[in-house]
Amino acid sequence: MAILLSMVVGIPLGVWLGIRRFLGRGLLVTLVNTGMGLPPVVVGLFVFLLLARSGPLGGFELLYTPTAMVIAQVIIATPLVIGVTLAAIQGLDERLRLQILSLGASPLQYFWKLIIEARLSLLAALAAGFGSIISEVGAVMMVGGNLRGETRVMTTAIVLETRQGDFSMAIALSLILLLLALLINWLFTWLQQRRAL
Amino acid sequence: MNPSPLLQLEGLRYAQGGRTILDIPALEVAEGETLAILGATGAGKSTLLRLMNFLLTPQQGLFLWRGVSVPRPVPLSIRRRVAMAFQEPLLFQGTVFQNVAYGLALRGLRGATIQSKVDEMLHLFHIDHLRHRSTRHLSGGEAQRTALARALVIEPELLLLDEPLASLDLPTKEQLAGELKHLLDRRRLTCAYVTHDQEEAVAIADRIAVLENGHLEQLGAPEEIFYHPRTPFVARFVRTGNVLPGVVEHSQEGLAVIRLQERRLEAVSDIPVGRQVWICLRPEDILLSREEKSAPSRDSARNHLAGVITAMRPNGPTTQVTLDCGFPLLALITRRSALDLSLALGDRLVASFKATALHLIEEGETEKR
Repeated sequence: MAILLSMVVGIPLGVWLGIRRFLGRGLLVTLVNTGMGLPPVVVGLFVFLLLARSGPLGGFELLYTPTAMVIAQVIIATPLVIGVTLAAIQGLDERLRLQILSLGASPLQYFWKLIIEARLSLLAALAAGFGSIISEVGAVMMVGGNLRGETRVMTTAIVLETRQGDFSMAIALSLILLLLALLINWLFTWLQQRRAL
Repeated sequence: MNPSPLLQLEGLRYAQGGRTILDIPALEVAEGETLAILGATGAGKSTLLRLMNFLLTPQQGLFLWRGVSVPRPVPLSIRRRVAMAFQEPLLFQGTVFQNVAYGLALRGLRGATIQSKVDEMLHLFHIDHLRHRSTRHLSGGEAQRTALARALVIEPELLLLDEPLASLDLPTKEQLAGELKHLLDRRRLTCAYVTHDQEEAVAIADRIAVLENGHLEQLGAPEEIFYHPRTPFVARFVRTGNVLPGVVEHSQEGLAVIRLQERRLEAVSDIPVGRQVWICLRPEDILLSREEKSAPSRDSARNHLAGVITAMRPNGPTTQVTLDCGFPLLALITRRSALDLSLALGDRLVASFKATALHLIEEGETEKR
């Protein structure tokens, strides 16, 4: 869910930043680059304060719910998706962009064609975003609360089991997480390399 | 019958980073013509083409499409009347068919219509057999054919070609140039064709526009550009070979005597006495003979200059000979003639040429621009 939302927000923004020249663009790119290295606990704290009962969005009572975790994950992954998309679009030959327009593409058709042409690199954006989400623990623990059956995810469960001294369970969960990551990244790589051949 | 203008540019000025890239008071592409835009690297040719494709916005200038002013931003309906192919094929990922079909799909065409139009174009460019091949696995010539088919299939009213043959090997280039010319003529397409190669320009164009440093130096039919260059730059660019400074010493009834250092040359010209001129003489218009055999009265050439061979450069079927006549004079003779004359460095020869072979550019004319 979080990676889907990150892509929906991040890819158009990345393309837009990649093709537009405007005042303040440099500042935006700097912010995106900073966002790519955003410490997850800082995001966790920020979302926590936002959603806490006394916070500005406290009325929605989202703290310690899966929604809060998704919000935190989206904030963590989106800059990564924007940044990698931006690099992918800028990596396209400028004349290729002109070629698309010169064949009569409307702005929307142009946008879409750029995404299609950069799709190999965009799969890297997907992998980067997914990696940041699946490995995330600090922020989701802060805003999710690690509630059994509700907001406990693999990473927070591993932390819990390790703290309780149940190392065999922690190791088992870690292996499952690794396997999951391996499978999904294998899928991304397969998609990417299949196109590249 | 003069064809009506399809696209007219008026008072065009385009600058980038404070530097003027193009400054063209007026230029038009007439319906059905091929206009070659000829110039050296950095002359502004590609920029001009991108402006004509509405990919760039000029700081000043007006574009008229069939006499009607083109609004800004340029509507998609007008943008879609123009298509462009670049020096590099710039193919998209996918197959040859998908690439050629792209412009049609953008215009909302589907299924059988796309199929038949693409089939026709693949056939025209002799790439039918490549239709399902990935664009990653094409040779340079095949890729460029695909790129040209992709631009032509949408039947643009104005086709813009930016050095489309420049990166091809010579045999492929010559073959494709011939096919392209045939296609442009047969379909009576309107085309602006950028090149830095004068031979390519002559082979394909009805008119040639010569650009230098963003300025339009000359616009005219190929013969006009080649035999009546208006500026020394154009003369040199179209390889006139000999562009030499002189002064009109005498002029009567359309025949002028030009002083070139200590030599006198006769030329057909009305330029008044005393004027500084550039003397243009194409190397292929010069006849070389052994000095002792020369008999000025026996031929129709009014000019004879004696000189010593200082250099000889074979170039395919011809040989370029440099004579020192007090100034360097380039002559072009067939390789066979060079062999027959047993030419060697240091030999004394006589260069003969007609008064009509000389073209004069009045120096003031170039300054007036």
